[in-house]
Amino acid sequence: MTALTLVQAVNDGLRTAMGGDDTVMVLGEDVGLKGGVFLATDGLTKEFGEDRCFDTPLSEDGIVGVGIGLAMNGMRPVCEIQFQDFIFPAFDQIVSEAAKMRYRSGGMYTVPMVIRTPYGGGIRGGLYHSQSGEAYFAHTPGLKVVVPSTPYDAKGLLIAAIEDPDPVLFLEPKALYRAFREEVPEGYYTVPLSKTRNAREGNDLVIYCWGAMVPVCAEAADRIAESRGKQVRVVDLRTLMPLDEEAVLEAVRECGRAVVVQEAPRFCGYASEISAMLAEHAVEYLEAPVKRVTGFDTPFPNTLENYYMPDARRVIDAVEQVLDF
Amino acid sequence: MSDLFQIIDPSGKKVGKAPRLKKTILIHMFQAMVRTRAFDDRCMKLQRTGKIGFSVPNRGIEASSVGCAAALDATKDIVAPHYRDFGIMLYHGISPERMMDTMFGNVDDTAVGRQMPVHFSFENPLRYLSISSPLGTQIPQAVGMAMAMQRRDEKGVALTTFGDGSTSTSGFHSGMNFAGVFQTPVVFFCQNNQWAISCASADQTASESYAIKGEAYGVPGVRVDGNDVLAVYQVVAEAVKLARNGGGPTLIEALTFRMGGHSTSDDPTKYVDADLMKEWEAKDPIMRFRAYLLDAGHMTKKEAEAMEADAAEEVLAAARAAGAKGVPPLDSVFGDVFEEMPAHLKVQRDFALHHYSSRGEGVNDKGEFPL
Repeated sequence: MTALTLVQAVNDGLRTAMGGDDTVMVLGEDVGLKGGVFLATDGLTKEFGEDRCFDTPLSEDGIVGVGIGLAMNGMRPVCEIQFQDFIFPAFDQIVSEAAKMRYRSGGMYTVPMVIRTPYGGGIRGGLYHSQSGEAYFAHTPGLKVVVPSTPYDAKGLLIAAIEDPDPVLFLEPKALYRAFREEVPEGYYTVPLSKTRNAREGNDLVIYCWGAMVPVCAEAADRIAESRGKQVRVVDLRTLMPLDEEAVLEAVRECGRAVVVQEAPRFCGYASEISAMLAEHAVEYLEAPVKRVTGFDTPFPNTLENYYMPDARRVIDAVEQVLDF
Repeated sequence: MSDLFQIIDPSGKKVGKAPRLKKTILIHMFQAMVRTRAFDDRCMKLQRTGKIGFSVPNRGIEASSVGCAAALDATKDIVAPHYRDFGIMLYHGISPERMMDTMFGNVDDTAVGRQMPVHFSFENPLRYLSISSPLGTQIPQAVGMAMAMQRRDEKGVALTTFGDGSTSTSGFHSGMNFAGVFQTPVVFFCQNNQWAISCASADQTASESYAIKGEAYGVPGVRVDGNDVLAVYQVVAEAVKLARNGGGPTLIEALTFRMGGHSTSDDPTKYVDADLMKEWEAKDPIMRFRAYLLDAGHMTKKEAEAMEADAAEEVLAAARAAGAKGVPPLDSVFGDVFEEMPAHLKVQRDFALHHYSSRGEGVNDKGEFPL
């Protein structure tokens, strides 16, 4: 075991996957000798050679389009999109091609590919280095969407994503890249996709969250425990598509009150899907309306980003309203 | 750059050095062209009589398709096609019936009735990648498939086909650029049929040709008479050989003419000048190759007529066979989204099966449920 940051765990996951399978290859902008702008691919070109980890031209639809071709022809590409904000030129390749290839060819052609990309705010990145676009992608049939929130999960989920037979969008919370360290086993292990994890235990209320919002919600839960003696469960969804719906519903059945927290804008966000799910399938267990804590329905601001992103205080306010309903 | 490589002129006269091809191959090429036209004609009739929903005319582009196909080794090479290339499949022995299964979207359709007609997927005897409706997306994918073969040193080549309109897409740009940078074994085949639905080639680009666009990517460009099947074969064969031997990609522009609408939903008389259509009728690729083969003594007129009649009959039989098959089962709507069906899709599938059976719908003609 070594104490790693989340981005180091991503690097370790890539190295482990590449070491175990010659078909795994990494491509993207500046992923080679530079090792990526966040150093997620640091040292991979040196260790595995330019055939396995290489820089591409500055073209997101090229990176993903070429990645799809590699995946359809026996390779396991891991594409890096430098910031999730830059993924949209590749939206057509992801949504119309990677996600639909298995379906439209009756399983003849498949795309076992991972697209890794740092998402979310917290680095003063403004409109174009801060977005949380998970809802666009979770809405697309045929695409898996995974969001780790800890170094242990980042490595284990990434290896599981690389081994997965379907295309996976792997959203890395850049705010957590170097936020803390955690013991991470050396070598190979996986964390299964489509399984939630409880970041805090409790039965008085459940908070659903993912990625960079997990530590925010965990802090809120700790402070509520201290101030009111209420035990708030924090469920880290980890995989947004396909979601472990049973685990989501079981948590609300046990807790009776729910808050959903996302960094992304509110309207049609992923939190809305969770809210609808609870309303549709668990209304008899609810003792209060479900409340969402989200970013605002504005583009992501730069100077005032701390007022945009939900923090523990905003989560606590929502939790108290639901507890006091 | 603007020189147009030609071996047979529109009258069927040899004007260049013909490639050394066995008579059986030449006849196979002719047959594939004839079958392409027969398949196209039949699909138009099937659509006009409401038997199928859609088709894309292939009339006029038969030499481009078949010339490409004849230059490929189906045991090694891959095609990432656009939708107007029936001849590539037919040349490589994908049967009219298998193609008709996709035209009808029936139970034997490789796309399981999920795609519109014309959106074929095959892997045997030729890897012919599933066709997409959005344009140009297959171009970088071909580069990726070629890169995989390059990494494994397989000596395989990926050929991607697209129309003149697709040269304006980001996929063309990124695919060409990556192929130039990584020197992948890929052949870019632009079927310049001069129309992107109603947009004339002259309004698509300010470049003096499509082939010249390769220059900016460090990819050699070649222009060929797309209605001359031997010339198309020759330039594609050279590009394939170059790519196979590590010499990198080539962009080929085959100048041809779409002798029909973009699709069955299009009326080209609204925007194509009748005289222009007549002019290109005189350059018909099948008549040209037919005249050449007759002149060279490779076949008799009677043999040619028999091949034409056989093709029409074979395609009609294929249409009848495909049309008689049932539709895919209702639960196929929910398959192949992921390798393993997730819980939420099982719930939705079960809902659909229950809902439609309770309404007495979704039952096949044998009265069985599900379909």
